[in-house]
Amino acid sequence: MVMTIRIIPRLDIKGPNLVKGVQMEGLRVLGKPEYFARRYYEGGADELLYIDAVASLYGRNSLLEIIERTAREIFIPLTVGGGLRSVEDVRTVLRAGADKVAINTAAIRRPELIREVASAFGSSTVVVSIEAFRKSDGKYECYTDYGRERSGVDPFEWAVRAVELGAGEIMVTAIKREGTGGGFDLELTRRVAESVPIPVIACGGAGKLEHVSEVIQKGKADAVSLASLLHYPVAADYQVQHAQYVEEGNIEFLRRQGVFSRVQGSSIGEVKAYLGRCGVACRPQLEGVVSGANQPA
Amino acid sequence: MAQTSLPSVAIVDFGLGNLFSVKQACQRVGIPAAVTSDPGQVAAADAVILPGVGAFGDAMQTLRARSLDEAILEANQLGKPIFGICLGMQLLMGDGHEFGRHKGLGIIEGDVVPFERGASANGRVKVPHIGWEPINRPVHQGRDGMWQNGPLAGLRDGEYMYFIHSFYVRPSDASTVAAVSRYGGTEFCSSLRQGQVVGFQFHPERSGPEGLRIYENLARLIMK
Repeated sequence: MVMTIRIIPRLDIKGPNLVKGVQMEGLRVLGKPEYFARRYYEGGADELLYIDAVASLYGRNSLLEIIERTAREIFIPLTVGGGLRSVEDVRTVLRAGADKVAINTAAIRRPELIREVASAFGSSTVVVSIEAFRKSDGKYECYTDYGRERSGVDPFEWAVRAVELGAGEIMVTAIKREGTGGGFDLELTRRVAESVPIPVIACGGAGKLEHVSEVIQKGKADAVSLASLLHYPVAADYQVQHAQYVEEGNIEFLRRQGVFSRVQGSSIGEVKAYLGRCGVACRPQLEGVVSGANQPA
Repeated sequence: MAQTSLPSVAIVDFGLGNLFSVKQACQRVGIPAAVTSDPGQVAAADAVILPGVGAFGDAMQTLRARSLDEAILEANQLGKPIFGICLGMQLLMGDGHEFGRHKGLGIIEGDVVPFERGASANGRVKVPHIGWEPINRPVHQGRDGMWQNGPLAGLRDGEYMYFIHSFYVRPSDASTVAAVSRYGGTEFCSSLRQGQVVGFQFHPERSGPEGLRIYENLARLIMK
């Protein structure tokens, strides 16, 4: 292992809320993203990833406000994606405090966007997000619009092309695994990671600690994005502290204190301690941070 | 400068990099900093922060087109503190090798070279190098070296900082190297200091509480 592996909490945002779905559908409200972001920062997250879950369909003004508030108090890299269509969109998000942008839909429709953003802000600003669907014949296809639309594009060829156009990182999400807790798609991740000379972030499927070490050691991921695994214990705390919090959206999940049986909630400290035992190098958990409230439910 | 007025710090805006996070970090530790692309303001400031991501050649071209190179050199000649971050650190050097050879600001003698992509003895080397790595005191400088009272004061030897870069600097004078880090079997200079000129290859403003500690140290260097 030559690179220190990054653990990147992924926060999917809808309106003012942090949401989480299964296979990118059925989004449930978990709470205010700022609360989760602060907890992850204090717990030793290496970066944060904000994805606007509905930006391809609606506006995203509330996301800009969330980015600004986050960037004021959180001093780790912040990547923002969801609905970015132009260099101007990217500039707006970077001005609000993002360090990098994740682009999927607009890049597949017009690949030159990658080159434009890379030349305007530097390659290291551009994360190309690949959302891949594994078909019944075992082949993969890129989807756009938050996992809704087929594109006919082969993810492995697309990854190579994205690097040529100036991508600094590739994020790869297996749509079928996303939110299920059933583990990452190791074949998809490994094949993308071995196709490109730039870092690859694995996303979608972690339900227990073993999945994280697996996608690094077998899937060859350089960074791992986690959502459900980290969110559910924090959501439970959030609910206790914000019992009066009611917003539009599906909050039934919070009321029922539902936690998927397939997702074993963990803290970032637990993830990193586990990876350490597996021989995976990562930045240690921040000292002096008590994560006792972050135990599995 | 009179005791009653705070020193002014210019964050040089040449169109690249997350200036917002640099400004936020300054605000957090009480450094009165303003983002500017005006060479007059840069030359007149009491200290200069040169941030940046992107390509060396493009950045130098932009600095020259806006006469910002002269303003930074003027500040340097007057002995004002200059802090280069990431690409900003690389621009302080004499030469950059990125898609050809480019002349840098030449404040620090040395050059800028790329990481080699490909396999090392223990695995793949992906470039850009993105992630948190320890920064260590150079062996030849003894236990405290340049860290005492400097920008890295109070940090643990081996503290993790956030890096995102494809190139690294090679100062000609080893005594300017304030910290070293490793990536893909290569040991590189991750911080340098020559008088009032300081460089960080990592991003202290994106390196959590310990990164903010560096900004606190910078505040002390500026205010004194």
